[in-house]
Order: sequence, then structure tokens, then C-alpha cells
Amino acid sequence: MNIGEFQTDRSPSGQKAAMETPLLDVRDLSLRIAGNETPLIRDVSFSVRPGERVGIVGESGCGKTMTGLSILRLLPPIGIAASGQVLFEGEDLFALSPGGLRAVRGRDIAMIFQEPMSALDPVFTVGEQIAEAYRAHFAASATEARARAMDALARVGIPAPDKRYFDYPHQLSGGMRQRVMIAMALICSPKLLIADEPTTALDVTVQSQITDLLRDISERTGTALLFITHDLGVVAETCTRVITMYAGEVVEDAPVDDILLAPRHPYTSGLLRSLPGLSPRRGKLPFIPGRVPSLAAMPVGCRFRERCSHAVPACEVYQRMEPVGPMHSTRCGRAGELSLMGAVH
Amino acid sequence: MIGSTKQNAILRRLAQAIPVVVIATFLVFSLLKLVPGDIAVTLAGDNASDARIAEIRQIYGLDQPFLGQYFSWLGNVVQGDLSRSLLSGESVGASIARSFPNTLLIVVLAILIALVLGIPLGVVSASRPGGVIDTILLAIGSLGIAVPNFWLAMLLVSFFALNMNWLPATGAVPLTTSISGALAHAILPAVALAAGGVAEVMRQLRSSLVEILGSQHVRTLHAKGLSPSAILWRHSLKNVSVNLLTVTSLLFNRLFAATVVIEAVFAIPGMGSLVVKAAMNRDFPVVQGVVFVMVLVVVGVNLLTDILYRVFDPRVAR
Repeated sequence: MNIGEFQTDRSPSGQKAAMETPLLDVRDLSLRIAGNETPLIRDVSFSVRPGERVGIVGESGCGKTMTGLSILRLLPPIGIAASGQVLFEGEDLFALSPGGLRAVRGRDIAMIFQEPMSALDPVFTVGEQIAEAYRAHFAASATEARARAMDALARVGIPAPDKRYFDYPHQLSGGMRQRVMIAMALICSPKLLIADEPTTALDVTVQSQITDLLRDISERTGTALLFITHDLGVVAETCTRVITMYAGEVVEDAPVDDILLAPRHPYTSGLLRSLPGLSPRRGKLPFIPGRVPSLAAMPVGCRFRERCSHAVPACEVYQRMEPVGPMHSTRCGRAGELSLMGAVH
Repeated sequence: MIGSTKQNAILRRLAQAIPVVVIATFLVFSLLKLVPGDIAVTLAGDNASDARIAEIRQIYGLDQPFLGQYFSWLGNVVQGDLSRSLLSGESVGASIARSFPNTLLIVVLAILIALVLGIPLGVVSASRPGGVIDTILLAIGSLGIAVPNFWLAMLLVSFFALNMNWLPATGAVPLTTSISGALAHAILPAVALAAGGVAEVMRQLRSSLVEILGSQHVRTLHAKGLSPSAILWRHSLKNVSVNLLTVTSLLFNRLFAATVVIEAVFAIPGMGSLVVKAAMNRDFPVVQGVVFVMVLVVVGVNLLTDILYRVFDPRVAR
């Protein structure tokens, strides 16, 4: 695949200096439905360094999409109260004015979504939608914006961009639509791209093309990637670090290689073992029994203990994130004594 | 290729309109025959002999079988002849040509009022659903739909025309005679007619806008960093334009029917007055002629709507 360089205004030296401070620093993010005792998301903290590719994994309903949307404050305005801090280059996005937030959206942090068909405006051509994203942040003539949009389409591997520019979303295939979304997200050379289940709605054959594209672009341009997915296999191929979420909490945070070799939370281990590609060839595919508890029936203490084969009475008290290695932390009190199965033996 | 398929689609719609016109005029024709009373008796005058009445029946073809009468009328229409009024002997085509512009002016003016007021109110309502302004507008809107337009018409006449003397109370002036005179006569009837339309446009626009503003592609627009006004006016309004078009075309057709009452209140010599007078006297060529023209208007509006759908929504099949 031919992917050109997305223009970037960050000098290499500046990038190195920024390695010390995180690009994105989410601190104690909680989301609560008004009038509801139990939060949807509780004390989520993690960070993304410049150029880093971080995956957030977990089952449906674990709060990973909510976390992604709340970074750019894209949750529906009514009914959900957020607390905590989302620091982007040291600036709290939750404290920004609407105008200040608009300047960050699409410019510094861009986002792509699960369903490219419903995420694109059906009555505008894809080219217009990409050019518009550019003109929202740069003083550019319509002609210049169009040229840049066609360029962006070419760079995400869309053939004949000068023709596809004038297509409406319904005239393109699912994979092409997601490429359009990626072109739109990258046209302003953002520092961080949040990808919310970008491959879930696509054919399996197209999925890996899209993940490859995202990884290549991130590697070439230094754009950091926050990749939200339920598929640990995709994260293993794309990302350098993994954050596992369960029932609205971060339960493990570690480099990809560490997690594949030796997960330190039983839930992560369960996710890994239920991957078809990584499990033993013969026999039944292992799975995690039960389901994510509902908000109303959220267990006190470790939220995973009712589905956990290692649960002991001590798990009934609140578990905090504790470091278990230089870059590795987990929310399991028994992490020290357990030897959990990873994907690579 | 695209052009020819588009043309075919339009031709197909036109062909579909023919049975509609035939069935509608036939139904009205049948209903007229069911109405008690006999125009031949009226035409023959007081104390006419049975022989005279029979003679009149023969002259006007009223002694022909029911279907024969209908098809001879239809045959003339195909040749462009709407035949003559039984009462006045005037050509039906000429009567309609005289009254149609009066009705059209009121309806077009009413539609303009409905859109010019309804669209901004709908947008304001939708930009803060459940807010104070939205609640007030919804209440006023319900009132606008509930108020009978003839009652509103009488209120308007008694205040603006009779008390304040700002506008003429009755009658109509052709546009060709005086534009300002025509508008002065048309404004009160148009306002009375538009009241429900304003509310309808507002409420329909509000509900479709609220849906669009909560959609995933609007979330994408926010994620791109677009301003709220660009999202609302550029993207959302284009998305709901198809709904707005549907509402407008339905409203147009309904207002054409509603003018019957309004023309009576304002004594306007329009299509409504023409058809009411003719129906009272069982002057069926006139009734048939008016119905025929009305059906053509409805079919024409629907066709135009179909064509405009293709302009506003690229997803509508070519």
C-alpha cells in the first residue's frame, strides 16, 4: 500500500522533548447518569505519550467507547455528568470554553467511528466533508481545500481520488468509507487519533487493511493512536501498549508484549485465551463465563470476581491499580501469587 | 444515461397521473348525480311544462345514460374543451381562468408565510429541545393547529379591516390590474389560511431536526471542530430538506382545498367560490371543470416534489 507522508508541523526535537510529558493524560475520569448512584465509568486514568499507539480493550458495555467519546466531550450533553480531568498537552479539555474545545477537535485530536456509513453526512459528497474539516481550522480557499482533500484521499489508498471526491457516502463500500473517515481525521495532521472500533462494522478481509493503514500512518507521521476495540488480536498487531477495561474500570495497563506473555489480571488472561488465533489448535475455544454485571447489580470490591475462577474472599474489598512491573500495573490483589496464562507460551 | 433514466421516471409518473385524474373526476361526477334535485327543472323556470323540462334535458344531454354523459365530458376535455356552464352558458375554461389566479395568489402567499415563519421557529425550537422557548412554541403551535381558520379569518377581518381600516375586508383585485391592490386583498385571507401551516412546518421541522442533531454524522461534525451554526444551517437543514419538502407539498394541496371556506369569508371570486356556487345549483360542468383543474394541480405539485427530492437527496434512486 502506498502511503505518503501526512504533513506535520512538529519538529523531531520538539517531539523528543515532549516524550517526557504525556500527550494525553486522563485522570480519574468518571461518568455518571444523573440521579444514578453507580457511575458508568469509575476513576479511569491512563496516558498516551506522543506518537504512542495505545489500545483500549474490553467487552461490549465495559465503558471503552464512553471513555473515547468523553475525551473530546462528544457524549450527549444531557443526562451524563463527567468528573475528573482530561489533560491534553497539560491543558484540561473539560475546562475549555466551547470555542477552545472546537479548536482542539479535529485539529489536535481527531476521531473516527465504528459505523462509517452513519458517521458520514449522507447528503454531502465525501470530498466536501473532508475539505470542510480542513477549512474549519485553516484559512484556505475552496480550491486549496479541495486539492488537499484529494491528496488526503490518495494517501489513505483510495484510487482515482479526483473522481471519488464527488461521490456520496452511499456510493462507496464500507472499507472505502472508513478510509474516507481516516482521510478526514488526518487532514489537519492531528497529534492524536482516537479510533473507536474502526473495523467492527467491516468485512474481515477489509479489517486488516484498515488496521495496517492506521498503524502505518501513525508510524510515518508520529500521530499518536488511541485504538478502542474489543479485539485483543487487532491491538496486538497495531499497538504498543494495552489498557484493559472491565465494567467501567481500567483493570490492566501494560506494554503489548508483556500482556501477551504474562497478563497480570484474570480478565485480560481470559480475553487472550478466548482469541481463536492464539488458543491451542484442538478442542473447544475457551470463553469467560457469565456477562458484564449491570449498573444496578455492580458487585462491591473487584467487579470481575463473580466471573473469576481465582476469586477469594479478599476480592470483596475495593481493588486499586497497583504496579507489578516497570510499565505494568493491574487491579488484582492476587496478581503477585497468580501465574496467569498468556497468549504466547 | 442518467438523464434518460430521470426522464423515464418523470414520464412514468405522468402516466400514473392519468388514471388518478380519470378516477377522481368520475367519482365527483357520480356524487353529483346522487345529489337530489334536477337542474333541468331550474333551467326551465317557474311553471314550466313537463314537455319543456324534457326538451331542456335533451338539449343539454341530461337524458343520456350516466356513463355516456361522463365519457362525452371526458372526450371534450381531452380535446381541450371543458364545456359550458349550464346556468350562465359561459365557457368553464374562461370562468376557471378568471378565478384560478385569485386562489393561487392566496395559497402561494400562505405557503410563503408558513415557511418564512415556520422554518426559523422550528430551528429555534430544535436548538434547545425541552427548553422554555421550545415549550412555549409547542403550546402556541398546538393552538395554531387547533384554531379553525374561518374563525381566525373573521377575527382578522373585524380587527384589521373593520376596526382599524388598514386592509380591505372583502373581494380580490387581479395581479394584472394592481400588484399592491392584489396583495392588500390577499394578505388577510393568506394569514388566516397559513396559521395552521406555520405550526405544522415548525413542528415537523423541529422533530426532524432534533433527530438529525442527535445523529452520528452530526457527532462527526462536532468531532471535526465545526461551529454549531455550520452544523445547524449547512448540514442539518440540508438533511431535513426532504422532510420539509414533503410537508410543504402536502400543505400546498391541503390549503387549495381549505380556500373554499376562506374565500367564502372574504367573498373572494376564486376556485372555492366557483365550485360552491356551481355545486349548489348542480351546474355539473363547472364542478367537473374545477375538480379537474384541482386534480391537475395536486398531480403537478406531487410531480414537482418528486423531482425536487432528487435534487435535495442524492440517495433517492435515479
